[in-house]
Amino acid sequence: MVLVFFTYFALVSIVAGVMTVALKHPVHCGLALLALLLHVSGLFILLNAEFLWAVQVIVYAGAILVLYLFVLMLMNLKTDDRYLHSSYRYFLAPAALGSVYVLSLLLRSPFAGAKGDAPTVAVLQDGDTYAVGIKMFSEYLLQFEIVGVFLLGAVIGAIVLAKTPKPIVEKRGR
Amino acid sequence: MVPLSAYVAVSAVLFITGLLGVLIRRNFIIVLMSVEIMLNAANINLVAFSYYLESMAGQLVALFIIAIAAGEAAIGLAIIIVVFRGKISTNVDEMNLLKW
Repeated sequence: MVLVFFTYFALVSIVAGVMTVALKHPVHCGLALLALLLHVSGLFILLNAEFLWAVQVIVYAGAILVLYLFVLMLMNLKTDDRYLHSSYRYFLAPAALGSVYVLSLLLRSPFAGAKGDAPTVAVLQDGDTYAVGIKMFSEYLLQFEIVGVFLLGAVIGAIVLAKTPKPIVEKRGR
Repeated sequence: MVPLSAYVAVSAVLFITGLLGVLIRRNFIIVLMSVEIMLNAANINLVAFSYYLESMAGQLVALFIIAIAAGEAAIGLAIIIVVFRGKISTNVDEMNLLKW
């Protein structure tokens, strides 16, 4: 049963990823990205990561994607005939080389390792949210605070960037 | 039981798709979306290893990646709005403000 669900989520997320890159109209790309994000969250459920599933649906599909769609509709882009980069042919060879490199690294890398301290039974006993919370607020507290400061900086930066600039002419007149 | 290598393969395919999107697409917003695909591929990898190696660290790093993706999307889209307000095209091959 898990195998069936895994096949479904994996296939649909790959197809949605390819469609995000390949479709012409930006809004269609955004909707394909939505399908990708939701199916990736399905993969998280299969891996016993319910908390990440909720975060993926709320933050990615709920916040980030809506931000993308808002900007797309705000700008009202025309679909160009030419939607690939003007010199994409020069990028294809490095991209293919990079893919081969990634795949070769993948084939050579060791998949087994020392087991950690969170076996499936222990995670399922109190739930994934509990396990993530205990770990985050004990060992990863500093990283958590740093992410908080980073998000504050991102919010301030976005506001400063997107604010309507004051007209300069008015100042000179005084 | 799904083997770990299946998850790693899915994540590799998604990562390469996103990489191709970053390199060959013309619209800046689609380039940012491709970056999101790559971040999601990394997240699949981290969570799969976290499950199979029975460690919580992978899920926490995935959580931090989601937070950073949110910040990156906010800043990137703000930059696009600024560029678009200046009546400059949002295609990456016509944006050359920083080129001397």
